[in-house]
Amino acid sequence: MKDMQDGYITADGRKIGGVVMEMKNITLRFGGVVAIKDISFDIREGEIRAIIGPNGAGKSSMLNVISGFYVPQEGEVWFHGEPRPQMRPYEVAQQGIARTFQNIALFEGMSVLDNVMTGRLGHMKAGLFSQALWKGKAEAEEVANREVAEKIIDFLEIQHIRKTPVARLPYGLKKRVELARALAAEPKLLLLDEPMAGMNVEEKEDMSRFILDVNDEFGTTIALIEHDMGVVMDLSDRVVVMDYGKKIGDGTPDEVRNNQQVIDAYLGVSND
Amino acid sequence: MAQMQSGAEGKLSLPALLQRNATQFANSPAYREKEFGIWQCWSWAEAEKEIEALALGFINLGVNKGDFIAVIGRNRPYLYWAMVAAQSVGAIPVPLYQDANAEEMAYVLSHCGARFVIVTDQEQVDKVIEVQDQLHQFEHLIYLDPRGLRKYDHSQLHQYSHVQDQGRAAYDEYIPELKSRRGELNYDSTCVMLYTSGTTGKPKGVVLSNRNVIESAKNASEFDKLGLDDEVLAYLPMAWVGDFIFSIGQAYWTGFCVNCPESAETMMTDLREIGPSYYFAPPRVFETQLTNVMIRMEDAGRLKQRMFHHFMAHAKKVGPAILDGKPVGFLDRMKYALGDVLVYGPLKDTLGFGNVRVGYTAGEAIGPEIFEFYRSLGINLKQLYGQTEATVFITVQPDGEVRADTVGVPAPDVEIKIADNGEIFYRSPGTFVEYYKNPESTADTKDAEGWVATGDAGFFEENSGHLRIIDRAKDVGKMADGSMFAPKFVENKLKFYPDILEAVLFGNGQDRCVAFINIDLTAVGNWAERNNIAYASYQELAGHPKVLQSISEHVSAVNKSVAEDSMLSGCQVHRFVVLHKELDADDGEMTRTRKVRRRIVEEKFADIIGALYDGSPQISTTTEVTYEDGRKGAISATLDIGDAEVTPVMAQKVAAE
Repeated sequence: MKDMQDGYITADGRKIGGVVMEMKNITLRFGGVVAIKDISFDIREGEIRAIIGPNGAGKSSMLNVISGFYVPQEGEVWFHGEPRPQMRPYEVAQQGIARTFQNIALFEGMSVLDNVMTGRLGHMKAGLFSQALWKGKAEAEEVANREVAEKIIDFLEIQHIRKTPVARLPYGLKKRVELARALAAEPKLLLLDEPMAGMNVEEKEDMSRFILDVNDEFGTTIALIEHDMGVVMDLSDRVVVMDYGKKIGDGTPDEVRNNQQVIDAYLGVSND
Repeated sequence: MAQMQSGAEGKLSLPALLQRNATQFANSPAYREKEFGIWQCWSWAEAEKEIEALALGFINLGVNKGDFIAVIGRNRPYLYWAMVAAQSVGAIPVPLYQDANAEEMAYVLSHCGARFVIVTDQEQVDKVIEVQDQLHQFEHLIYLDPRGLRKYDHSQLHQYSHVQDQGRAAYDEYIPELKSRRGELNYDSTCVMLYTSGTTGKPKGVVLSNRNVIESAKNASEFDKLGLDDEVLAYLPMAWVGDFIFSIGQAYWTGFCVNCPESAETMMTDLREIGPSYYFAPPRVFETQLTNVMIRMEDAGRLKQRMFHHFMAHAKKVGPAILDGKPVGFLDRMKYALGDVLVYGPLKDTLGFGNVRVGYTAGEAIGPEIFEFYRSLGINLKQLYGQTEATVFITVQPDGEVRADTVGVPAPDVEIKIADNGEIFYRSPGTFVEYYKNPESTADTKDAEGWVATGDAGFFEENSGHLRIIDRAKDVGKMADGSMFAPKFVENKLKFYPDILEAVLFGNGQDRCVAFINIDLTAVGNWAERNNIAYASYQELAGHPKVLQSISEHVSAVNKSVAEDSMLSGCQVHRFVVLHKELDADDGEMTRTRKVRRRIVEEKFADIIGALYDGSPQISTTTEVTYEDGRKGAISATLDIGDAEVTPVMAQKVAAE
């Protein structure tokens, strides 16, 4: 995989572009605990990149580093070919990065539509005064943003719950609403923290299809964390495997599947 | 409203009517569809342009006169346009049920030899691709929604809008051809081919001519005084003849607007937003809505509950009479008006029936209580009796002569005769041309004089002249003692209980009857929740002793009412079983229009029927089930068999009173 400076072609014929984001020797500590130790990998434009590993391997920490929520003690995150400075979450969003959470973080009392509209916040420029008066620019902006939100609602097939308060929805649908909100920001890079956690087979199949469709339709680069190996191997183009904060594998699903270290980490090693 | 149809006379095809609408009603709304949360609207002039572009695109793709073009998907304006565009170029549209599995689709597509298939999305594309090896004549697949299809091989695959674009680009080249093909259409050209689901055997392709469709649409529109300002919601399967007549035939004749819901799940919301003035639904839809209302009322506050029940009781008393224009006392009228403000009006709005001027139910018998409920609210719900072969209409109920137990008087221009064995025959301008590639069946059904056998047994009531349907003629049999066996009569009585979804009666040639029962998961599930009864599955709930007990009470009550009928008192249910699975079209136990396939059910569950007759208290059984994606599985269950109370039959004389 080293020789692919300008991207590569996936097994199903998609063109993957150059490096969007690169982790360079990242180390993250919480006091004495080393959550991530000297990890480097890259994410390329248009690909679905998975981070897997057993519980406590540091996957979520890694995602938080990518999203800029955690600042590593050592190493650098390069974004679009230059080192990324420390940023506030809204600045990260402005750079075109959106995410979903492992434990759903929606506004429970608001309707699905309003939740999705919050994803458009970064695209609203009208001032407070103008919005309060609902005149001119504010109105035009809201209409335009609503259109984007509606297209995403249509895309994720949640029209029937458009006006339903999120609190009344079942878990699987909430996950989909969260994805909708992330998509509403029209991200270049979408981070998904365990998008299939707690879902049944049918919901997982639906979610997989949506993830593939998002990637296909909008060309969004996707980095995801997932436990379900079947899902990861089917969905992703390249996989990073972590164990105890270290990277133990990186490559296509097939390469990773046959990596002895990965097998040991997942299945355990016998003592003799 | 007759003046609104001016200019429609002498229009001998739907494309010709479209031209009339596009000039005469140019700016009136023709189609609406909710998309992206907003009702998108096309006027007749705009719709005509869209259809023309698609028709030109068809010519560009090589559609010949007489080709069959299959249309598969949920109700969308684009698919209605596709059907009329197909007609415009001399091809024959064949709408298919969108929930049909690949195998059923393969049969129909190869039977008609469709060269072109138009579908909505990836799901349908996949199904067609799966079976395309079996389809020798299949050439091109056109889809609406490109999502997920980017990576597919596009040598045979075309996007709908691209076909239209190519048509527009080639306007000058093909417009003379389109005009000449359109001009050749007449009353005898085939308008559409619809496959009947058929409770027995393979589906048959019913060929309907322009005469069938336009005359039927005209008669029915005039009968109910439909006009330009009416609104319908198109949500029933496009493959069903009713939808074709309402959403295309009558819409083109009168110029009213066809509204398409956003998705199947949003249908109720969309219904409320549109508030159709002309509405059609099978009894099941009305039942479900009533069940929902009742469930929600149980959750309402005390005051609302009391208000609801008080005024509903009053509505029951005087509502139907007011609707029929019969004399009603002044005080009762005042109270009804108050009820309308407080209860009926808001309820109708919630149901989406606030504007309904004419509503129809057909396909199955509707429970008298359900029927009365809607009528007492002031909704002009009526029944009609029809079938695909008649282009829907055989009998209809005129305003003011509406009853739950009859299906009305012969529709305009329809002649009816009853054979000696009770079978109903009809002859009308809507009588179908033939079954496609099936002369034997055509000859069996339609005789040389044009009389069509309906397969239903019935009789005209002497004093009112209304037709009453007893059952399917072939299902009517004799018990061992020679008395009449008419399963539907008893099944309908059972199904009128909200917690019974489906019932199947057996007993032809036997000395007594037994029944299968399916519980209604919504109603029984709600009841279970209310009574703190825990259950993990449909099967467990269906087998719960308390459920069995209440079903047993229903069966006994039905027996009592059956015993009162002098002809059919032998059909009382002696023993019954609550089935462990719902009868399902995917398992072949029902048709896609949800009619029970008796023979198949009888064969499949022979062991259970055996146990019902041999007196055993329980039966263990394993049943094969088919999942939606075609995979198969099996479920096993031990079912308790219930004994029902049978009412001794009274002397004939007493019953006859």
